[in-house]
Amino acid sequence: MFGGIDPALLISALMVASVPIILAAIGELIVERAGVLNLGVEGMMIMGAVCGFIVSVQSGSAVMGFVGGAIGGAAMAFIFGVLTQFLLANQVASGLALTLFGLGLSSLMGQSFVGIRPPATGAVPFGPLADIPFFGRVLFSHDWVVYASIASVAAAWWVLKATRTGLILRAVGESHDAAHALGYKVRRIRMLAILFGGAMAGLGGAYISMVRVPQWTDGITSGAGWIALAIVVFAAWRPWRALVGAYLFGGISVLQLNLQAAGARIPVEYLSMSPYLITILVLVIMSSGKGKAALNAPASLGQNFHASR
Amino acid sequence: MLRLEKRPSPSRFWQGATPVLAVVLTMIAGGLMFAALGKNPFEAIRTIFWDPLFHPQFADYSRPQLLVKAGPLILIAIGLSLGFRAGIWNIGAEGQYIMGALFGAGVGLAFYPADLWFIFPLMVIAGAFGGWIWAMIPAILRTKFNTNEILVSLLMVYIAQNFLSSMSLGLLRNPEGGGFPGSRNLSQYPAASNPELIAGTGMHWGVIAAFMAVIAAYILLQRHILGFHIKLAGQAPRAARYAGVNPTGLVLLCMGISGALAGLAGLFEVSGPAGQISIDFNVGYGFTAIIVAFLGRLNPIGILLAGLLMALTYIGGELAQFMLGLPAAAIQAFQGMLLFFLLAVDLLSNYRIRPALKKEAI
Repeated sequence: MFGGIDPALLISALMVASVPIILAAIGELIVERAGVLNLGVEGMMIMGAVCGFIVSVQSGSAVMGFVGGAIGGAAMAFIFGVLTQFLLANQVASGLALTLFGLGLSSLMGQSFVGIRPPATGAVPFGPLADIPFFGRVLFSHDWVVYASIASVAAAWWVLKATRTGLILRAVGESHDAAHALGYKVRRIRMLAILFGGAMAGLGGAYISMVRVPQWTDGITSGAGWIALAIVVFAAWRPWRALVGAYLFGGISVLQLNLQAAGARIPVEYLSMSPYLITILVLVIMSSGKGKAALNAPASLGQNFHASR
Repeated sequence: MLRLEKRPSPSRFWQGATPVLAVVLTMIAGGLMFAALGKNPFEAIRTIFWDPLFHPQFADYSRPQLLVKAGPLILIAIGLSLGFRAGIWNIGAEGQYIMGALFGAGVGLAFYPADLWFIFPLMVIAGAFGGWIWAMIPAILRTKFNTNEILVSLLMVYIAQNFLSSMSLGLLRNPEGGGFPGSRNLSQYPAASNPELIAGTGMHWGVIAAFMAVIAAYILLQRHILGFHIKLAGQAPRAARYAGVNPTGLVLLCMGISGALAGLAGLFEVSGPAGQISIDFNVGYGFTAIIVAFLGRLNPIGILLAGLLMALTYIGGELAQFMLGLPAAAIQAFQGMLLFFLLAVDLLSNYRIRPALKKEAI
């Protein structure tokens, strides 16, 4: 059954498949470490996907497309930030609103762009390195976003662990009252985190519509935002574990696509539901037992901050 | 600068006024969006909110549609509102709706072409069971393994959708359908159909079930200890624990009720207005019902009104598509906008806006 699948191709494909999830999950991880639960990742991703697609088609430049995607995601995040930080709306409901609105608006914006091919995002030229057997294919044959996604994991880890910015961010997420008493601008810090999360989700969405698919169809993200949210829980709010989770998920989705193409005996529908099933299974394992992921959750997660004095 | 002062208890006036305010703000923002699309905003708003009810030519067709569309929205939203009140977030109603339809239609099709009186009641039970069992998965995972029910219930929607396409291409496919996907047409199979009960009104069993759910939820929340527990668990979880509320039981109950009602909505839809199981017979009622629940302020009577209003936007949207060439997605964005404005103006019922005393640290 696995005979026809080349492991090098599989690994390199899974690295590409997990890029949107990594980017969105790292963004959401930072947001949640600041104590904000933004369930609108799916909406921000799909807006990033459509904005990135439109900008890249209009400008003819893939880089501009990614910039556009990031701005699209951040614009959605801005709405969420205003609602939850300044108008003190319920974070769960606001996140859902973001997703519902994003799905509608994106299909409105994208309808005249169906069936167009976006400009290509080329592979980074590594010269002879790409010709190394196995490793050349796996490590040195990707476009720059793949490397940027891994760099973003490292950067998030470094910032959270070793910088003053990370310390302030975590303080705000663990106890906003204490951080406020120390003089940190809780709302401003959270707002910046939310915008960052939106931009990252937008980048992830743009990668789906510009590289992975690459074309525009309604509902193109098909739950990737929700999976990114699940990956953050799986990762227990730690960046490197988010990378592991995203690769696990990417591996399963690539494998099931390969099995579909190879004409496996399992019906296509059951193969396409497998990534969601596995995500649920992983969530269950992570949430129960001794290594309860919830114990690592930022203490102020999902609570709104209102300075009474 | 302005400052916010928390009210000791939510303002009753603003609780009633904010949904109306949100609708007005959405009409303004939606009008701007329609203007940006190159349509006359006043004409678009009139087509969506006025013409379905009063247009001399189309109203006869669209008025009955109001109940057809509002029925499932109200039925699902009532179930969701119980959970939302208790802080239990079932956002996978779309999946429960699909599974209810599949279970119910499966039972009906199994009897084809028998003509027995109990087939439809049995389908109703199977539909409720299908939605209930699908909601029980996130509920049990939450109570047993502490898994986040928001994520699981949502991911289950994607699984249900794949299951639906498998069923409409495989097991439930019409053997006489010439290979096209989709089941036999249930609305043409009298023993299993959910017909319009009073001609020209759109009233079918699902609408009656929705009205019954509104009344039942009203009594539950106003007069029953269980309703009190639901409200208590949402507003003061610690107090609820001291008062002896069983959190596990509450999760199972709220998820179960919302799942069963969503399943019922799916069954009534598939045996009536939709007619058959097909890959895309579901049109997102499970998600729109979330907006309905909030627009109705999680209050049964409010949900009844909100469901009718939301149904109006669906019908008006179709009409605007037909008459003005407004894209279908514009209505979806319009509905999403409504939820934004609702959440934003909710501030007024919980906080007073006062001028700032002096320069303050925020």
